[in-house]
Amino acid sequence: MNKKFTAVRLSCAFAIAILLTVAIIFSISEEPTTAIYNLFLGPLQSKRHFFDVLASSVPLMFTGLALGLVFKSGNFSMIADASLYTGGVVAAAIAILIPMPMIIHPIVIFIVAMIVGGIIGSIPAILKVKFKANELVTSLMFNYVFFYLGIYTVNRFFVDRQAGTFASLRYSPTATLGNMLSGTKLHWGFVIAIAVVIALYILVYKTKFGYEIRISGSNPEFAKYSGINTSKVIILTQVIAGAVAGLGGAVEQLGMYQRFNWQDSPSYAWDGVIIAILAGNNPKFVPFASLFLAYIRVGADLMSRRSDVQNELVSIVQAVLILFITAERFMAHWKQKQEAKKALKEEA
Amino acid sequence: MEQRFILEAQNITKVYPGGVVANHNVNLQIRKGEVHALVGENGAGKSTLMKMLFGMISPTSGKIIVDGKEVHFSSSKDAIKSGLGMVHQHFMLVPSMTVAENLILGAETGSAVKVDRKKAIEITNELSKNYNLKVDAEEKVQDISLAMRQKLEILKALYRGANILILDEPTAVLTPQETEELFEQLKLLRDKGHTIIFISHKLNEVKELCNRMTILRDGKTMGTYDIEDLDENEISRLMVGRDVSLDIEKDSADFGKTIFSVKDISYVDQFGKTKVDNVSFSVKEGQILGVAGIDGNGQSELIEIIVGVLKQQKGSIFINGKDISSASVLKRQESGISHVSEDRMRYGTAPKLSLEDNAISKIYYTDKLKTRGLLDNKKITAFTQKILKEFLVKYDNPKQSISELSGGNVQKVVVGREYDYSPDLLIMNQPTRGIDVGAIEFIRKKIVEMRKNRKAVLLVSADLSEILSLSDSIIVMNEGRVVGYIDDVKNTSEKELGLYMLGVKEDSKERIGGAYSE
Repeated sequence: MNKKFTAVRLSCAFAIAILLTVAIIFSISEEPTTAIYNLFLGPLQSKRHFFDVLASSVPLMFTGLALGLVFKSGNFSMIADASLYTGGVVAAAIAILIPMPMIIHPIVIFIVAMIVGGIIGSIPAILKVKFKANELVTSLMFNYVFFYLGIYTVNRFFVDRQAGTFASLRYSPTATLGNMLSGTKLHWGFVIAIAVVIALYILVYKTKFGYEIRISGSNPEFAKYSGINTSKVIILTQVIAGAVAGLGGAVEQLGMYQRFNWQDSPSYAWDGVIIAILAGNNPKFVPFASLFLAYIRVGADLMSRRSDVQNELVSIVQAVLILFITAERFMAHWKQKQEAKKALKEEA
Repeated sequence: MEQRFILEAQNITKVYPGGVVANHNVNLQIRKGEVHALVGENGAGKSTLMKMLFGMISPTSGKIIVDGKEVHFSSSKDAIKSGLGMVHQHFMLVPSMTVAENLILGAETGSAVKVDRKKAIEITNELSKNYNLKVDAEEKVQDISLAMRQKLEILKALYRGANILILDEPTAVLTPQETEELFEQLKLLRDKGHTIIFISHKLNEVKELCNRMTILRDGKTMGTYDIEDLDENEISRLMVGRDVSLDIEKDSADFGKTIFSVKDISYVDQFGKTKVDNVSFSVKEGQILGVAGIDGNGQSELIEIIVGVLKQQKGSIFINGKDISSASVLKRQESGISHVSEDRMRYGTAPKLSLEDNAISKIYYTDKLKTRGLLDNKKITAFTQKILKEFLVKYDNPKQSISELSGGNVQKVVVGREYDYSPDLLIMNQPTRGIDVGAIEFIRKKIVEMRKNRKAVLLVSADLSEILSLSDSIIVMNEGRVVGYIDDVKNTSEKELGLYMLGVKEDSKERIGGAYSE
């Protein structure tokens, strides 16, 4: 009953989002069919665009996993943003300043980025456990701290004064991730992301600690009465989530860029929230949610280049989807009617 | 001649989310000025029906008629306007406010910006006098007894103009003496022309107080009768539908060595109030020790301290001779303690998670459920199904969330989980509160089985008949202290326990000291 209901509900949410998008396009565009065609089918037109979708799903997967894990434990820390950004800065620093041989170079970078991301992730968690400070507030504040710290670090130590805009020096070629398919943007980071998906799925659903995360997130009082150390769960999950986000920042930098130029915080963490919600905080569904989001974004880019509709339209699709997926009462009436029918039938 | 009814429910059906049919074509007809009993076992749908009459939930189908007019309540506010008042099982009061303030809450005296407190106190005193329901208008609710809170709830309803009063199991929290007093006051209300709906599953009370009754069983009406027309046996047959014996058979007591003891436990809460005051007792092999007392006299805190989620300021706890006074919750479990908490949805389960996740919470970290270091789904399912089968839980599949089960089935899962752990000490805090009679019978049998297996059982219950029928010995708590110790349950009665619970009677220090042994 529940699985069927979830499926029907999701389809309805998608259908409404799509219908609404189509309706808006028709009302504002001179060339609605071109716009709609490019938005929904554009990414499938060429190999290059299709692999663009895969490549741009990579950072979404990392933040989706990080946020999903934190949400699963019943916390609402947004510190993944800082972890991801700083992970990127760390990657840039090591890629520019410390020469190392091929293969070793990215591996070292990934490890350091994970450690740094994990440490950053622990800050709001520790503040929550020690001082009962709300993790949402502290994490949002610390996001600014680490963002400006990153900008400062780049500016102070490895900025490229010759470049016209904010950019670091070029990364050493030993550090960058190679393309999986030449002529596309798809890089080996995609494989790393999938590996992390599998690892986190096992962590959450197949280990003792994963069970503790799920119980603490679902009912902390019950967790306490079951002898689970909830403080440990809070801190450790956020360390792991921070490490995942830190790794995501490094992977994105080494996979997609030759130099560090994140002048605005890329705010992948907010995309992570969307992914986590779409995936129901289950790592298993994160790749699908990420691919979906990446797909409509690439589609929206194509639409805005080839028609008169701006790509901001995609935000509406997202918003409508999230609204209907998170609204608990959406279609609850229908569900209850079905349940009542079934129950009364059994009664008779 | 057509009989006029003041309140009528016609073919009411209610299906809760999750598909539980709580009421099925229920009919209820209340005459003006009568005390009408609504009887039925726990889980028969009494509370659900009342919540619909009071507008808290809306029926799936059916009609509600007040004074001959059909009504559609969208909230309790509408019901109050139609002259209904309800006293809930769990009181709806603000503990930090005074009696008078609670009385006027939502219907304040004074102007829009300022509450007239003096007026409120006057009103309270006047109402209190009129209806002979004595309350202290200026006391804070947190400082008054449960019996007085109940009177306040009745006054609250009257102040809002209720002429039909619904009382949901009002005697559940009262001692026998307080119950008698309440009945006098209710009779007075009836004589003043109020109509009362009295929900209960205690037949002697119904016989004493009510004129007519409607019997519910499994969400269906089994008919409405004049009280004189049925004797208790007939009522109970209509209520239960089969012969259920809640008188549990057990062998005569044969205690072994002391398994568990607490010595001089004291706990002062953050407001400086002493919740547990120098409590000592022990439980032996093959013994069920009952803890009696009006709710809120330190029992909950005592259990929290024993389980390890609350830290006592003074005193020590031993199990099998081992000091666990400051051990972690987990360490205590591992030294042989199982615990069924008083609120299964808050402390005993994660309602949104599956039966499996809820069943394995005691052993999830052990090798029992693992294959090559990872949790093995097959083993988890097998373990869960074993418990569900052994404890006769009604379910669809082990992956459904536990909140979809009825209260009795949830409690069976919890008891099954704790029982399967084969503890040396089983703590049962309100094990049968709010569950159906079949589950009550089953769980009580399991408690006695524990005793037969030479384990120790600590039973906390507000239900005196439960304490009396299960326990071997009893301690009674009043305001955090042990005020009575009965070493053999045969030597006491509900009446006597009531006196201890009210703090009227108190045993000597020596006698209470008998509850503890090395």
